[in-house]
Amino acid sequence: MTARKTTRKTTKTARKAARKTVDSAGRTPEQLLEAYRQMVRIRAFEDNANELYLQAKMPGLTHMSSGQEASAVGVCEALDERDKITSTHRGHGHCVARGATFRPMFCELLGKEEGYCHGKGGSMHIADQENGNLGANAIVGGSTGIATGAAFSAKYLGTGGVAVCFLGDGALGQGILYEVMNMAALWKLPVIYACENNQYGEYTHIDEMLAGNMLERARAFGIEAEEVDGQDLLAVMAAADRAVARARAGEGATFLALKTYRYFGHHVGDINRSYYRTKEEEEHWKAERDPIPLFGEVLLERGIATAEELTAIGEAISREAAEAVEYALEAPYPPAEAARDHVYAS
Amino acid sequence: MRTITFSQAVNEAIAEELRRDPTVFLWGEDVAEAGTPFKVLSGLVEEFGPERIIDTPISEPGFVGMAVGAALTGTRPIVDLMFGDFLFLVMDQLCNQAAKQSYMSGGKLKVPMVLRTNLGATRRSAAQHSQSLQALVAHIPGLKVALPSSPREAKGLLKSAVRDDNPVVIFEDKLMYQAKGPVPEPEEEELIPFGQANRLQEGEDLSLVATSSMVQVAEEAAEGLRAEGYSADVIDVRTLVPLDEDTILASVRKTGRVIVLDEGHQSYGATAEIASRIADKAFYHLDAPVTRFGAWDVPVPFSPALEDQTVPDAARTVERALQLIRGEVARA
Repeated sequence: MTARKTTRKTTKTARKAARKTVDSAGRTPEQLLEAYRQMVRIRAFEDNANELYLQAKMPGLTHMSSGQEASAVGVCEALDERDKITSTHRGHGHCVARGATFRPMFCELLGKEEGYCHGKGGSMHIADQENGNLGANAIVGGSTGIATGAAFSAKYLGTGGVAVCFLGDGALGQGILYEVMNMAALWKLPVIYACENNQYGEYTHIDEMLAGNMLERARAFGIEAEEVDGQDLLAVMAAADRAVARARAGEGATFLALKTYRYFGHHVGDINRSYYRTKEEEEHWKAERDPIPLFGEVLLERGIATAEELTAIGEAISREAAEAVEYALEAPYPPAEAARDHVYAS
Repeated sequence: MRTITFSQAVNEAIAEELRRDPTVFLWGEDVAEAGTPFKVLSGLVEEFGPERIIDTPISEPGFVGMAVGAALTGTRPIVDLMFGDFLFLVMDQLCNQAAKQSYMSGGKLKVPMVLRTNLGATRRSAAQHSQSLQALVAHIPGLKVALPSSPREAKGLLKSAVRDDNPVVIFEDKLMYQAKGPVPEPEEEELIPFGQANRLQEGEDLSLVATSSMVQVAEEAAEGLRAEGYSADVIDVRTLVPLDEDTILASVRKTGRVIVLDEGHQSYGATAEIASRIADKAFYHLDAPVTRFGAWDVPVPFSPALEDQTVPDAARTVERALQLIRGEVARA
């Protein structure tokens, strides 16, 4: 119980800090409301994706990011159209946060022609380059090179853009991360390593897998590193703003350790999780640390929205998601002969 | 046409592409002032500066992965991978990332990058600096594979590779860097298209289909056969992916006999794929079994007394060719 009390206390401190960061995040009320909507969109997307899996309407499997909305939205709200992201196997949130829409996302999850990748990528490979999303990646740490290379070309071409590499705590075990962080530091590349530490790499707690302190790993290269409450949207936004400003100013890379939690298992089929984490722990995060009501509270306190308005937002997005699912279920599959297309760019 | 070395041809190709297109850059280990251990890139950093000829740390997965990201976002990287053997270090970035971006994105993403590396044994470099791994790369859909066999090919194929919108792996034969050959003048720009094999010699009795280092072996073998009164078609495959099946099949349909040569290991190698296509599509034109010569299925040994015999040579090729032509092939 002591641990829980401590966490509650931390929560209160976090809420206080959140209120303080409202102004430093420098967003208009409408921008803040939109950020709230984006988090609700992600949650709605994931709930529907899970339902599709449970009803056996979705081929394969998928990895839910419910609970991690603030890190995706907070980081992406700091970006503009020049910027690129790379995402992970747990990537629906990043995709929505970067501006993707429901219909082509659900179509992709269901392997339909109208999907973002014409059904060739699926949940783990959604790419939406019009919104600067270079794609989710099903190899843990697999996109760390890609993101750092995108930062290199932004610098080389002088676009002023930055690249965000979303990675999970599991990717801290991959050697390539340290190779590219070294080059990012040597060459002062405009890259942000947004490490969503949801505390579990697949079915194992981070304490069993990570020696030392993850921030120190980045700092060893001279990379600015910051730990952020990943459930506090405004804190994430403020940290991302700082990182983006540094990158655009030519001051190089930043590593953000965003402490967060995933409500579902490693993937949708990971139902019985008792051997690696407790129900109490899950309930605690959902009840006390859910980024959506936490930020909703800030909006209420600031008078940016009323409770009724927030409810209406949730309902409207639920309807939008349900409609997109309906649409995707009815949408046609790609023709069989399309399997041979796009092996090579023409 | 002037005569220059293979190494000069590679250098010229890169310099010309760097001058033509500002989005082209090159990186790898010791590529700038050192100009690589083979000195192939000497002088480039002086002309193009360290912003475009970039020395990387010894981090092959890192700089190959970064090249993928750079290629996805508006540049055209040329990556120098010091030894072909280091391909094993970069498999995820090359085969899971570079090769699949176009396909997984439904054609929305492209990776216009070139990975230059090398192949070839008999340099006394032992098992980790001597392999010929082109079949490994050719196995993965989404990658293209070029195998220049002369200075002219080295230049023309590399220039085409830089302009290709796909990831291309070029294997240069380490032993060939100092070899000289005719290359068109710089002002007569020559791009050698992918998927077009080159018939170097015309003959009637046998086809010798070869890649890279084995093209020279095939030419020597053809000469040996001439001394015996026979003539051979010599086909330089040039690119394994895409493969110019038509030229190979037309030759075999004409001669009825074929030896396929490639310096990669024989088992599951490039020769197996080519031989299989011949067996499939030219079966009724064959007068003898399809023969293939690759490197022995052993790690490349260090000692000269051991190493040389593991790579196909002209003498054994001639011997086998004569058996095929004279119908002296023993039945198993």
